[in-house]
Amino acid sequence: MAAPMSSVGKPSAERSPFNTTSFQKKTRSKLISIPGTRPSVQNGQLLVSTGVTSLDYLLGGGLAVGTVLLIEEDRYDSYSRMILKYFLAEGVVCRHELFVAAAQDNPDDILQELPAPILDDVAIPKPVEQPRLSVEPQDSLDAMKIAWRYQNLPKVQSALASSSRFGHYYDVSKTMEPEIRQAAKCHRFYLPEQPTHSSPTHSMRLESYSALLKSLQEVIHREGFDVAAPMSKSRNILRIGLHSLGSALWGDDLCCHDKPRNSRALTTFLYGLRALLRSSLSVAVVTLPSHLIQDRALMGSITRLCDNAIALESFKGSERETNPLYKDYHGLLYVRQVPHLNCLASKLPDHKDLAFKLKRKQFTVERLHLPPDLSETVSRVSRGELAAAATAASAASACGSGSSGNKHLDF
Amino acid sequence: MYTELNSILNTTPDSFTKGEFILVSDRQSDASFLVHHFLSLYLRARCRVLFLGLVQSFNHYSAISQRMGVSLAQAKEKGQLVFLEGLNESLSVLIPQETDTGSQAMDFLRDPSVGLKSLYEFVRSSLSSTGEGREGADDTEEWGPPVVLVDDLTVLDFSHYCRATVCSQLQGNVVMLTRCDGEEEEEDEGDDEGPERLLKGLTHQCSLTLHVRGLPYWLLHFLRDVIEVQVEVRWRRRQADGQYTQNKLFQYKVHDKGASFFARGTSSAVL
Repeated sequence: MAAPMSSVGKPSAERSPFNTTSFQKKTRSKLISIPGTRPSVQNGQLLVSTGVTSLDYLLGGGLAVGTVLLIEEDRYDSYSRMILKYFLAEGVVCRHELFVAAAQDNPDDILQELPAPILDDVAIPKPVEQPRLSVEPQDSLDAMKIAWRYQNLPKVQSALASSSRFGHYYDVSKTMEPEIRQAAKCHRFYLPEQPTHSSPTHSMRLESYSALLKSLQEVIHREGFDVAAPMSKSRNILRIGLHSLGSALWGDDLCCHDKPRNSRALTTFLYGLRALLRSSLSVAVVTLPSHLIQDRALMGSITRLCDNAIALESFKGSERETNPLYKDYHGLLYVRQVPHLNCLASKLPDHKDLAFKLKRKQFTVERLHLPPDLSETVSRVSRGELAAAATAASAASACGSGSSGNKHLDF
Repeated sequence: MYTELNSILNTTPDSFTKGEFILVSDRQSDASFLVHHFLSLYLRARCRVLFLGLVQSFNHYSAISQRMGVSLAQAKEKGQLVFLEGLNESLSVLIPQETDTGSQAMDFLRDPSVGLKSLYEFVRSSLSSTGEGREGADDTEEWGPPVVLVDDLTVLDFSHYCRATVCSQLQGNVVMLTRCDGEEEEEDEGDDEGPERLLKGLTHQCSLTLHVRGLPYWLLHFLRDVIEVQVEVRWRRRQADGQYTQNKLFQYKVHDKGASFFARGTSSAVL
């Protein structure tokens, strides 16, 4: 976002796309003043990590400060919730402030479930290393031992990763220790706990959404995330996590009806959210049960009001779960929209077939591709064995004599 | 301003048709790069420009225009450009404060029944006031006909009023961006949802349409470094012998500082 950039003290002349040269190292180091952020290589936007390294890569290096990431939930909201937790956990590790809003679970519960960071880099919360252009050290490390004439060929790499390290890794099987968690300042918004006002209801706004917007604005003003705020103390980033917006628990009927009564409530809210974020040092992740929303035109305008949009489709409960093609993955990920901020050309990911998997220590997004069938010989052997076994069994039942070389049915 | 597009549309900053209503629309793609084109074109043509930036901040437009060689901040200072930053204005409406200082232009967010009249009033007053104010003051700068640019109109539909005033009374131009999504259904029935209907209605009124649409998925996959999508240009002119329309189709590629257009299949990388 341009506005937050200028507040960090970046002269406007430097918004050129050529920030990648090493000549500008000095200004870049001045920019790094907020821990857990880095400027984008493409357009110099200030970025924060989503907590999922490969997702950062997909979104062009990270989430630009002042933007919204929309996550269309998978059917059981398990993986989208996981990404939301990664995003919040990354904020805790980077000492950002958090704002969690939910209608379903208490935000405290969400916070308690944050995954534990893998500790080597948490002990010293040092600023994230800067993106470097030099690639020599890695090259010399994994130089090929055999077939050296192929070593200049690019490696076939399905994992998506950028050259520099940005963001942290988390262990999903453990939850974050309370000390680390409590070090971060966190603001909560739990809809059932909100006092209900009996203000006149408008057809374009829902009370829940306007209460949320109001409380967000209060936090932003009070804690000095405003761009216009005086640069008195060191600036920080506010990470906003909004869980399951648009679901019935927010009092919205988007998901319940074909022709929702207050269909403009959520879009109006998102418009206000964008307005808030554009003028503050904050970044939001919104999850939305989009599979429940019938109206495609509405979904389109919701997507456009967010800056980044991704959709998750998990294999759980679908027949794809048993499809051998997808056996390595837990679901598919679609990139619906990437923003163009302060530049004409946006950077779409160069690959559109993406899948994700959740391992114990890492949530990864990868290119979906058919792996070379290395197991071919093995499977052929087993099929042969099966055939042999079948004939042997029939032979055995027919004549009662043991067959010669079959190890399964050797009597 | 993309010179190639100018030659396609047969316009230059020095000579362009007045009283035109240009509709920029897209489907499964993004046509906002064309808005930047028209913004810089009309600023260079020394028109008074009123820009209703509803979806992006002023900074966004200013940063891009800078790269295209036009300074929005300067134009704003000189009074050539009036920029309504919808995002800023809307906050005061969405989060009511005791001291409500926001302008009336975004009132439609508060209550839909009010309609967009207030926004239209804003447009009219700012266009006429800049004109009159200039005349009275020391007239160092003489601005050409007024231009209204609207970015992402998907929420609004006040274009009709605007067209009536701006195009016919003031001999100015209107440029609007609207967006719709979803596939074009083969059996095009029952598909009269909001944006679609808006698009149809506007297409009916406008004199020049630029419709940007995505390539089919498989093509996109191969050509993504070469071409992005295609743009369909459709003129509608009224002449003495009635009205005729003319269609042209181009493919384009957006670069960092502009865009290049070419006839279908004639990209250098394809040939």
